[in-house]
Amino acid sequence: MTNHTISRSYSRNRLLPLIMAIMLGVSVLAVAGHAQSPTLHGAAHDTRHATGFPCH
Amino acid sequence: MFTRVVISALFAGCLAGLIGGVLQLFFVQPVLLHAELYESGQLTHFGSSSAADTHHTDSTFDLTRDLLSLGFSMAIYVGYGLIMTALMAFRLDNDDTINPSAISPHQGIIWGLAGFIAVQFAPGFGLPPEVPGVASASLEARQIWWLATVVATAFGIWLIAFGRTPVVFGLAILLILAPHVIGAPEPQILQGPVPPEIASHFAARALGVGMAAWVILGLCSSYFLAQSHSDTD
Repeated sequence: MTNHTISRSYSRNRLLPLIMAIMLGVSVLAVAGHAQSPTLHGAAHDTRHATGFPCH
Repeated sequence: MFTRVVISALFAGCLAGLIGGVLQLFFVQPVLLHAELYESGQLTHFGSSSAADTHHTDSTFDLTRDLLSLGFSMAIYVGYGLIMTALMAFRLDNDDTINPSAISPHQGIIWGLAGFIAVQFAPGFGLPPEVPGVASASLEARQIWWLATVVATAFGIWLIAFGRTPVVFGLAILLILAPHVIGAPEPQILQGPVPPEIASHFAARALGVGMAAWVILGLCSSYFLAQSHSDTD
């Protein structure tokens, strides 16, 4: 029971790495899916259309 | 924990993006290339010159273009994988009901289907996957609506999956419905040059391939997360 309590309070401190992982994912998607620089848009064009991102 | 999530997401996202990308090149790309002939004016819908040539297949193989598509497909699914794997890890940390050490492969598939509904099916309900050349509203408005719909739907599905009271379920339904009651931005004039047959075929193919890739993403994310769990703990 004590171990269980310790591991659960420890898990509260594990929130930050998860938030960072989510932010990393959002950044990757922002570049690959949404950024509108012409080169990036040209390269990602077909995949953006096929995965349902608003493209142009 | 960060390393666990990132490595699991990298493996799962690369695999799902690679398989999804190959399916995309095989099933979606031919429809897209066909539509581009109408977009560029080489074929015309109801035109006099080539209306008979409706089953034209563009066989030009562009290696660079196809490799870029594969690469971006992998990048996009790694991005989605990072978010989903982090949410899976969060769920494991905060789940005291069942065996909290792993998400089973079957549960992984359901996570994947839920992800597909949140990021492709729900926004596609208002903004169907666009073939090149179709008429559409301003890009910025569509991106905002897309993002809001994805966030609201994902949160709604989370509440349905893990909520415990009727009020929470009611809130979830409101969240999922709201973007569609408000409505997606629509074009002022419908005058895209691409035939509706091609556009609808493209949308159906894009959604089908997306669902397959998301199922693989969910399955692999749960698998690699469980693997890294047994390796490190």
